[in-house]
Amino acid sequence: MIEGLNPAWLLICGALLTPLLPRGIVRNGFMLALPVLGLIQLWGLPHGQYAQFELFNMTLITLRVDSLSFIFAVAFLIAAALAVVYAWHLDDDLQQVAGLFYPGAALGVVLAGDLMTLFIFWELAAISSVFLIWARRTERAYRAGLRYLLIQVGSGVLLLAGVIVHFRASGSITFEHLDLGSPGAPLIFLAFGIKAAFPLLHNWLQDAYPEATVTGTVVLSAFTTKMAIYALARGFAGVEILITIGVVMAMFPIFFAVIENDLRRVLAYSMNNQLGFMVVGIGIGTPLALDGAAAHAFADILFKALLFMSMGAVLLRTGTVKGSELGGLYKSMPLTAGLCMVGAASISAFPLFSAFATKSLILDAAAREGHWVAFLFLLFASAGVFHHAGIKIPYFAFFAHDSGIRCPEAPRNMLIAMGIAAVLCIGIGVFPEALYAILPYSVDFDPYTTTHVITQLQLLAWSALAFSVLVRSGIYPPELRSVNLDFDWAYRKLLPAVAVRVWDGLDRAWTCLTDTVERQVKAVIQFLSLHHGLHGQLAVTWPTGSMVLWAVLLLGACLVFYYV
Amino acid sequence: MTFPTSPTDQPEPKRWLDDSRNVDKIFYSLALVCTGLFLADLLYHKHTYFAFENWFGFFAWYGFLCCVALVLLAKQMRKWVKRDEDYYGD
Repeated sequence: MIEGLNPAWLLICGALLTPLLPRGIVRNGFMLALPVLGLIQLWGLPHGQYAQFELFNMTLITLRVDSLSFIFAVAFLIAAALAVVYAWHLDDDLQQVAGLFYPGAALGVVLAGDLMTLFIFWELAAISSVFLIWARRTERAYRAGLRYLLIQVGSGVLLLAGVIVHFRASGSITFEHLDLGSPGAPLIFLAFGIKAAFPLLHNWLQDAYPEATVTGTVVLSAFTTKMAIYALARGFAGVEILITIGVVMAMFPIFFAVIENDLRRVLAYSMNNQLGFMVVGIGIGTPLALDGAAAHAFADILFKALLFMSMGAVLLRTGTVKGSELGGLYKSMPLTAGLCMVGAASISAFPLFSAFATKSLILDAAAREGHWVAFLFLLFASAGVFHHAGIKIPYFAFFAHDSGIRCPEAPRNMLIAMGIAAVLCIGIGVFPEALYAILPYSVDFDPYTTTHVITQLQLLAWSALAFSVLVRSGIYPPELRSVNLDFDWAYRKLLPAVAVRVWDGLDRAWTCLTDTVERQVKAVIQFLSLHHGLHGQLAVTWPTGSMVLWAVLLLGACLVFYYV
Repeated sequence: MTFPTSPTDQPEPKRWLDDSRNVDKIFYSLALVCTGLFLADLLYHKHTYFAFENWFGFFAWYGFLCCVALVLLAKQMRKWVKRDEDYYGD
């Protein structure tokens, strides 16, 4: 442990050194060592503030370890290590550098003690992460990456503007609880909201993540949205509007998830839905609810990574993750199928799996505070999660009708990464106390009460029954090769169409204007040539004659004025 | 795109799930489990925050109805939002 060393720099500097190392075991070992050393470093740092200095009258606190940042930092480092193992088979400098730089930047965000440091890491994370999308090296990925980058950097610009206004008004840039009504705070709230995928600001997530590389999506899934959840929990805990926002986030993506064909996009919708639960927890703002949001973010990072890893393995082996093309893969990839089902059980909150021990904190907090509408919607969303992520993902990829695809099992390093993630998911479910021990408010909570276990099993089993009945009766919508319009339609179709219209209109107006001016000028020329042209009235006399005429007229006018 | 079929020419061994009767067995087992869980409400005292949680089998039928509503609504939504795969032209 080195006093005051920010684990974020360990990852960022290490990432930049990676391409210099010989490929193979040396480089792979080095890449894994970075997050592991980061974790050791973080664990050894006593809670407190480090690396403070003054800059233009601002006090920068570049490293702050406390109970809230700690749990997020631990989750980030575990996710970074898992992603490294998952990508060991890769031979791509770009992804290897971005795959460590970006987690490092995200770590910098959660460990930042002031808003300026937060902004710098916020933008570093945005810029470094886009390379995981561009690394797919297709035109489609390039365009998706550009859209992603625009929105991410836009969030950073809003954040910077908010921070400047906040600093001018309060004279401090320390990142603590912010009053939503104070100057600059709404801008900061919006910046966080973009990255947390608030409704209508969400679509970058479903647009970009499924376009990233096999391993890139796994890395992306862990950090950006969760650092926004951290930032909201730090800055806007207890802001009531977050309950409504969170409920909408938990609800609307599940409808899209049911009809989406790209299974990685289904997972992106499902991530949006899980973020909704966390946002509700932050909005409730009690210690139990905030612990729930932090715990659920921790669990989500792991089970979502596991699910994205299993779909990544399918994409790697078969070349597609479209539900309409897949099916019956359990015959070829039984281990991946089993691990995927562990992830599915975890996200669905089955007893003994992680979300059972984490999501229940949020639901319990909502109930204790009497938010019965939010409670009912969150129950609906919980049933929906099981439906689209718990059943649909494994069912359409590995079971359903046999697509006839026969392929090898996932590479060994992928299986190891998925295996570790699966063990952690089950570990949190079976021994929740271990996770509860590092929660920010260390609330006392027992998820394994008879009521909770039985009601949860009722909800899940009957949701499964609904799925089976709907599939067997042919009512369930089949997986179709299609795209579904979401809010990205507004900036991918509507905005360009409006822009083209406006441009056409301007073009026509300009043509009209130039035509009119041309006509007028021609008329003037014609008029002049009529009187001054070759045969014009005023051109028949010599110029000297006409000059005398004008001089006489001018003098006459002077005379008249003089007398008047 | 063509996918490699079976690596050898020999027919694959038949899997347990390939037999539709076995799939039926899973379905009926699930129905049985669901019935059992529904009736479990008779056997214990629920600790709840809201009155509606105490309605008999609330979590069971609420979960079932939510999922049916979810699928039916999503199916209707398809009429509005479904487009060809190359709709965005990339």
